Amino acid sequence: MNTSVFQKIYTRLERITKATCVVRAQNVGYDELATVEGRIAQVVKIMGDEVTLQVFGGTEGIPTNGEVIFTGKPPTLKVGDDLAGRFFNAYGQPIDGGPEIDGEEREIGGPSVNPVKRKQPSELIATGIAGIDLNNTLVTGQKIPFFADPDQPYNQVMAMVALRAKADKIILGGMGLLNDDFLYFRNVFENAGALHRIITFVNTTQDPPVERLLIPDMVLTAAEYFAVDKQEKVLVLLTDMTLYADALSIVSNRMDQIPSKDSMPGSLYSDLARLYEKAVQFEAGGSITIVAVTTLSGGDITHAIPDNTGYITEGQLFLRRNTDIGKVIIDPFRSLSRLKNLVIGKKTRADHPQVMNAAIRLYADAINARTKQENGFDLTSYDKRTLDFSRDYAEQLLAIDVNIDPEKMLNVAWNLFSAYFSKEEVAIKKEFSDLYWPTK
Amino acid sequence: MTATLTKTKGKVYGIISNLVIIDADGPFAQNEICYILAGNTRLMAEVIKAEGNKAYTQVFENTRGLKTGADAEFTGHMLEATLGPGLLSGNYDGLMNNLSTMDGIFIKRGDYTPTLDETKEWYFTPIAAIGDRVAAGEWVGEVNENSIRHKIMVPFVLQGQFIIKSIVSEGSYSINKTIAILTDQSGYETQITMTQKWPVKKSLTLYKEKPRPFIMMETGVRTMDILNPMLQGGTGFIPGPFGSGKTVLQQSISRQAEADIVIVAACGERANEVVDLFTEFPELDDPWTGRKLMERTIIIANTSNMPVAAREASMYSAMTLAEYYRSMGLKVLLLADSTSRWAQALREMSNRLEELPGPDAFPMDLPSSISNFYSRAGFVYLNNDHTGSITFIGTVSPAGGNLKEPVTESTKKAARCFYALSQQRADSKRYPAIDPIDSYSKYLEYTEFQKTLSSLISPDWADKVSGIKNLLIRGKEAKEQINILGDDGVSVDFHVTFWHSEVIDAVILQQDAFDHIDSRTPLIRQKYMTDNVLKLINTPFYFESFEDVQPFFKKIIDKYKQMNYSEFESEAFNIFEEELQKITEGKKMKL
Repeated sequence: MNTSVFQKIYTRLERITKATCVVRAQNVGYDELATVEGRIAQVVKIMGDEVTLQVFGGTEGIPTNGEVIFTGKPPTLKVGDDLAGRFFNAYGQPIDGGPEIDGEEREIGGPSVNPVKRKQPSELIATGIAGIDLNNTLVTGQKIPFFADPDQPYNQVMAMVALRAKADKIILGGMGLLNDDFLYFRNVFENAGALHRIITFVNTTQDPPVERLLIPDMVLTAAEYFAVDKQEKVLVLLTDMTLYADALSIVSNRMDQIPSKDSMPGSLYSDLARLYEKAVQFEAGGSITIVAVTTLSGGDITHAIPDNTGYITEGQLFLRRNTDIGKVIIDPFRSLSRLKNLVIGKKTRADHPQVMNAAIRLYADAINARTKQENGFDLTSYDKRTLDFSRDYAEQLLAIDVNIDPEKMLNVAWNLFSAYFSKEEVAIKKEFSDLYWPTK
Repeated sequence: MTATLTKTKGKVYGIISNLVIIDADGPFAQNEICYILAGNTRLMAEVIKAEGNKAYTQVFENTRGLKTGADAEFTGHMLEATLGPGLLSGNYDGLMNNLSTMDGIFIKRGDYTPTLDETKEWYFTPIAAIGDRVAAGEWVGEVNENSIRHKIMVPFVLQGQFIIKSIVSEGSYSINKTIAILTDQSGYETQITMTQKWPVKKSLTLYKEKPRPFIMMETGVRTMDILNPMLQGGTGFIPGPFGSGKTVLQQSISRQAEADIVIVAACGERANEVVDLFTEFPELDDPWTGRKLMERTIIIANTSNMPVAAREASMYSAMTLAEYYRSMGLKVLLLADSTSRWAQALREMSNRLEELPGPDAFPMDLPSSISNFYSRAGFVYLNNDHTGSITFIGTVSPAGGNLKEPVTESTKKAARCFYALSQQRADSKRYPAIDPIDSYSKYLEYTEFQKTLSSLISPDWADKVSGIKNLLIRGKEAKEQINILGDDGVSVDFHVTFWHSEVIDAVILQQDAFDHIDSRTPLIRQKYMTDNVLKLINTPFYFESFEDVQPFFKKIIDKYKQMNYSEFESEAFNIFEEELQKITEGKKMKL
């Protein structure tokens, strides 16, 4: 970071902890950036003339006479069309060997969109994956995470969604990303010839964890540039938000804050909401859609991180291994897209909502039948038919390797209904079964 | 202003996120509002703790870039809401700034817009006359605000008796124009306008009596109206894990409920949900008046990404508006989504103040804050014998879906109706996911309500309702037995009992909130369908074996569902009903 001639240099640190140091200084602004012995730090507390700085890279080796220089401004990102195709670290500095971005400097973590200036999201994002498009349709301006165990292929599914969604820009924020996964994303995007519309901000496991806290704000500042200034459709990918939240808890712990549930800071909900709520559909056509990953520990969604996330995001997608067909499916029960009702049956065929619900209900009956079977009870004819249906349904619609358009998905579902059930058992509004029930 | 009071000033001493400590040069009060100057921007803040000459304030804005030594100015009053005609159809933030009149796409820090349009003229008709004796809250005139007669009242803050010295004649006036002059006993004159202010954290108690609620508030949501009715002036809460349908249910209630005024406080929730209201309410019809829903609605939107301290204020602002309209003799419905976010805002501040925490790091006084808030609802007889009510329904978002957490537990003690949303029902897409057995409405035990209920619907209604609850419990028990002993390990009766409860579930409890007919069921239709289902359940059928039971009842449920999707008593409805009768005729046990 550049220093100018008139900047005052402080060389007496009052206190140093693992992540923070305190210096006596005047005329310092809250949230302002500084350097401590060349390491980037941010003002997190001011009390009289005592200023507490959070040093992102940790305080190892910092001496009590370390040099502190204030920059006079909060963290910023230079924005411009040149961002496209580039790779940056958590401070927005290029890491791909390319030149600095020459553009307008904007504060990250900017203000919220006035809710009355938002537009109701209404544009469907087709992914070809029926488990998403049929049961959990995504809409531009939506925010939705994958809730996944660390061993599940969430990054692969996310990359697939990103490439198939017709977004103008894809902005990837990697937090605590394994270097291997980072290279995976780069390869997939490169092979698809999509690198020119992708921007990446990454903090890998090799970087200090607290730096991660800057990643989402960097990503979203770039996203707002393209969505507001350029009216583009921007898709933001954030992986992994659990590691982001972990970094929050490290900081709050070092600031002596009283932890709430699961040692997370009491402000976790607001901290996450501030980011996810950047997802928006603008009147002028630009939009920001956020697809994130929240890894779970042992599938526990009552943990504070997935729990708070679920209350903020517009649904969640669960991956599950289906043993019948030996493939990963989008779990139809626990997955949910809250915005789907804005498009299904409106942007898709009118029978979509009823077909979706009927199929899930029959799939649920199959689960009950399976329980009966496992407990050694006889199965009725209906039970047996639901089991057959559930296998075909998983194979032909729920598996993540399915790639068909929404109309085809509905036709597949009707074929499965008529193959195994009577109209009464499926119980769909008569006007639709009259139209679509396959004649044998 | 002729007052020459010197106001207390101060300078910023410390900053931790939105907690700002100010060195004050004079006296200041707890909860007093002050403004901090960050460059050219004035940031609004509220005193939450005093220590010596240091005022601990929560700033209703982001404090980025604020420096020590910045000037602060105390205002001498608490957080106030501006009340008057023009509130209806408005969209406000938690501090009652008008969101619609703000410039730009983003909310600029320190952009405070007036709550009411000060230039618009309203056609005023006097109710009171010169020489009348009046007191705070009494009606002196009225204007037409959308479809309601908005009463202009003697300011609530005035104390004692007044005589009307003069009052303007019928005509158009803007809200800041003096419409009457009042004199008190010592001859002191007070000019009043059509607008007034009230501190939002104080409850407004200008009424004669607050009896127990006794009149039903129809919502059109069958599982509520039939099994656990909400009353005018009642309180209720909806806890449920995420994805269990809290917001959809609350939106159904806000669209359909029998109320003159609906106030929706979107407190720390998703912005897109508020956008739904902005987009849909101006288009949708109010089922009670046929006018547009937006005409009876006020939206307070302090979504999750807006400043946390203003989120806390938003609930109080909403309640103050409700109290204002109740004082006009109106039925007000206040919906808050979600009170947990409000509690979290309290927690964040308490944490920054380094107070000793209670359970889950919430402040120790959380239960009393919650019960105080709920107690502001209620049905009242005003001093002029008109009646008004505030019905309050809050959602609760329990952490991890666990109902034993502090917000849910404290709310359970404060609210009379409990609508428990069940994850299990939500997973099997049985919406609304209100658990029929765990939920309750304490009002069913009120004898005064039982009386109005029997004259509203029928004398035997209460018995039918408890009959339905019993059938649901017995169905659940039968299902458990079947699961343990197997389909053929129990008698056919168990299957029939179970399927009876399934019919009630499918036909009465489940309701499609997205279907324009099924979403709202008027009371008369609810009664018709309930009687119809109970008649079916009381009819003995003959079954060969248990395998016979499920297909029969599935056919029945299908017909009932088609009835639910058809216009009441329409041709289609009647045809499905006839088909239903044909199916049942063939199965009847021969006596």
